[in-house]
Amino acid sequence: MNWFTEVGQAFAVSSSDGIMRRYFVVNGFDGALTMLGIVSGFYVGNADDLGIVLGACVGAAIALFMSGLSSAYISEAAERQKELAEMEQAMAKDLTDTAHGRAARWVPWMVGAVNGFSPFCIAMLILSPIGLAITGVSLPASPLLMSLLLGLFSMFLLGVFLGKFAEINWLVSGLKSLVVGLVTTGIVLLVG
Amino acid sequence: MTKLTKVVLDVLKPHQPNSLDFADHIAQAGPDYDVHLTVEEMDEKTHTLKIVVCGADLDFAQIEVAINDLGGSLHSIDEVQVCNG
Repeated sequence: MNWFTEVGQAFAVSSSDGIMRRYFVVNGFDGALTMLGIVSGFYVGNADDLGIVLGACVGAAIALFMSGLSSAYISEAAERQKELAEMEQAMAKDLTDTAHGRAARWVPWMVGAVNGFSPFCIAMLILSPIGLAITGVSLPASPLLMSLLLGLFSMFLLGVFLGKFAEINWLVSGLKSLVVGLVTTGIVLLVG
Repeated sequence: MTKLTKVVLDVLKPHQPNSLDFADHIAQAGPDYDVHLTVEEMDEKTHTLKIVVCGADLDFAQIEVAINDLGGSLHSIDEVQVCNG
């Protein structure tokens, strides 16, 4: 049996697609809101040095990645080991070399990767105008303003993604997420 | 030379994978395997199954591997059909 088949089986027996989707959205929200907050702060403060802005935001994105990866891995590994032990007791056999054993070993890493890369990739998307401006690409508006707009657009897309999967109105779901982003940005702008 | 053409098995399996995937995996153990799976009993975490596998020349070891691979446990061989030729 090849590796892809084994991974497919591990996914099938663990029913982990739902939890991965949840982690993707939950930590994606964290990534987008964190970047919105930091970029809004720099925008209010009229930050001139884009290098400092990018450094601070990338640092936060890396911290979100590590936090997402490690927290999801630790919690999922513990949960999967408990489930495997209960299943072994019910089956009265060792399941280490079965699809269930492989799921208990691999799924925590996969869930951790989704939980870590979700905020990191969204953060990189939001920061892309700042990176482009630093490399000399001319933008139609202020890079900080474009990052803020991209952050709000990411929030909207995450809401649309949730709406599609929940089979509810994707536009309403997207707008709800957008409102969360707008409120967050508004508070930072007011406080700043 | 004898050939195993039918075997009826009593198997215990976890709820996941479901019966469709479980039967499909056993059918893939050979080129012409015909698998008939019946759920006899359902507990909190397990299903007790009656699995009938038919084929021109069944490889019992491969069927057992397929069952074990998905976390199943072979409890007994309840019926066999062997042909000479």
